[in-house]
Amino acid sequence: MNTNTPQIVIEVRDLRKSFAGHVVLDGIDIDVRRGETLVIIGRSGCGKSVLLKHIIGLLWPDGGTVAVEGQILARMSSRELYGVRLRFGMLFQNAALFDSMTVAENVGLALAEHTRKSRGEIADMVAHKLELVGMQGTEHMMPADLSGGMKKRVSLARAIAFDPAYILFDEPTTGLDPITAGAINDLIVELGDRLDVTSIAVTHDMKSAYKIADRIVMLHEGRIIQTGTPEEIQNSDDPVIHQFINGLAEGPLRAI
Amino acid sequence: MAIFIRGLGRAALDFFADVGGLFLLGMRLLRVLPRVFGSPRLLTTQMLYMGVNSLPLIVLVSVFTGSVAAWQAAYQFEGFVPMRYLGTAVGKAIIIELAPVLTALVVAGRVGASIAAELGTMRVTEQIDALEVMAIDPVRYLVLPRVISGIIMLPILVIFADLVAILGALAVAVNMVNVSSETFLNGVKAFFYVSDMVAGLTKAAIFGFIISFIGCYQGFTTSGGAAGVGQSTMRAVVVSAVLILISDFIVATLMFRL
Ligand SMILES: Nc1ncnc2c1ncn2[C@@H]1O[C@H](COP(=O)(O)OP(=O)(O)OP(=O)(O)O)[C@@H](O)[C@H]1O
Ligand SMILES: [Mg+2]
Repeated sequence: MNTNTPQIVIEVRDLRKSFAGHVVLDGIDIDVRRGETLVIIGRSGCGKSVLLKHIIGLLWPDGGTVAVEGQILARMSSRELYGVRLRFGMLFQNAALFDSMTVAENVGLALAEHTRKSRGEIADMVAHKLELVGMQGTEHMMPADLSGGMKKRVSLARAIAFDPAYILFDEPTTGLDPITAGAINDLIVELGDRLDVTSIAVTHDMKSAYKIADRIVMLHEGRIIQTGTPEEIQNSDDPVIHQFINGLAEGPLRAI
Repeated sequence: MAIFIRGLGRAALDFFADVGGLFLLGMRLLRVLPRVFGSPRLLTTQMLYMGVNSLPLIVLVSVFTGSVAAWQAAYQFEGFVPMRYLGTAVGKAIIIELAPVLTALVVAGRVGASIAAELGTMRVTEQIDALEVMAIDPVRYLVLPRVISGIIMLPILVIFADLVAILGALAVAVNMVNVSSETFLNGVKAFFYVSDMVAGLTKAAIFGFIISFIGCYQGFTTSGGAAGVGQSTMRAVVVSAVLILISDFIVATLMFRL
């Protein structure tokens, strides 16, 4: 393989999605390259989470396609789809922890269901992942007893428990204090540095975006209005992007 | 008038959407059926939960059902039918009809509602999506153990209900109608057919399927936050109660030929 032309592993083509007549995605094209961290930015409610859910087959497009490693999700049997998902981890915006299970059971569920590892081995792996997100020693707690930020970190540990090749982060640092957010950013960068991990992160925390992104795409009114490196985005002369990344109330976008 | 017709049309569409949805869920369930004993712990957890949760209320309902059945039958027999047939009539009514249907209605209210509420909450908080992302089929993981547990546990609960209701009837017969316990129990035994028991338990298994399957379906199709969960819970109870009564009639006409 030629290292100068990175391999496209996730390919979104002309993706369209409406909910009850309300157009959310209006023709999205994205190429995600192997090993990169792609950050999707955009205003609240612009469809970032909806886009992420299409990439893993939790929502299905009205038009267009999503392909992972050249295979179109919508044409897969459910067995093939589960096979693809085994290589994905996802951090949900609202953590989505199983509230009837302990922290350890949450993080270890995929290992318990899909491998023949012993309880002891799983416990060790769970402890290791919890340590990575700074949640060591919380194994026996229930999700209801955790703060919002703690839930998010447990959910992150769960997302990486199976050592996925693809990780989808939906607002990994929202609701975290600046220090924890910094640590989570470092963790995402670290995960991304491992050769074969490809990540897509959704955020509107620009500090986090600059830190973790290889490339940033801006989603606006159902379309991608710009794609570029963090520097290119920072220096963009598009007024919408300028207003967004600098958090200005004045500009082409109405603040409220 | 136009509004009325539109409302009717919408209701009809909803109905067919539900029938289609139930059918699809049923197909997915059939496909994962062979894997039911793959995770025995999921199944036993559900069975214990259903049993422990429902038993106290079922005992209470059954005692009074048996008692009132005995009292009312005695009132109707008075002067027409010898009291040695009291046990026969009451026993048959309990085994064939009363225990299965009343147990099912109690379980629909307790277990069916809690299945719908639990799965509905999991749906709106994206926990079901989280299972999907982990490549764990939520139909196998959540629906299958609940439905199988319903099919197994309802007949077991009905056997309890049969015993308790007959004891309640016995107590009334002995203490309030002046029928000796021997006479009453001989009456129960005299015309006891195994086929009646089989019919009652078959009904119970069917009701168990209805309750858990409808509960799961309502939970899975929940949308709209806490209010949506409330809606699904209510619908799970109402729809299963209606289906229990309808299927009771159908099974009765199929199993008991005049
Ligand atoms: N299941 C759904 N049914 C109906 N509408 C939906 C559904 N999911 C999302 N939407 C709508 O799609 C739009 C985009 O939602 P989405 O959650 O993707 O926003 P977002 O960009 O992630 O915002 P935020 O940054 O606040 O998380 C919203 O208008 C939302 O109301
Ligand atoms: Mg979102």
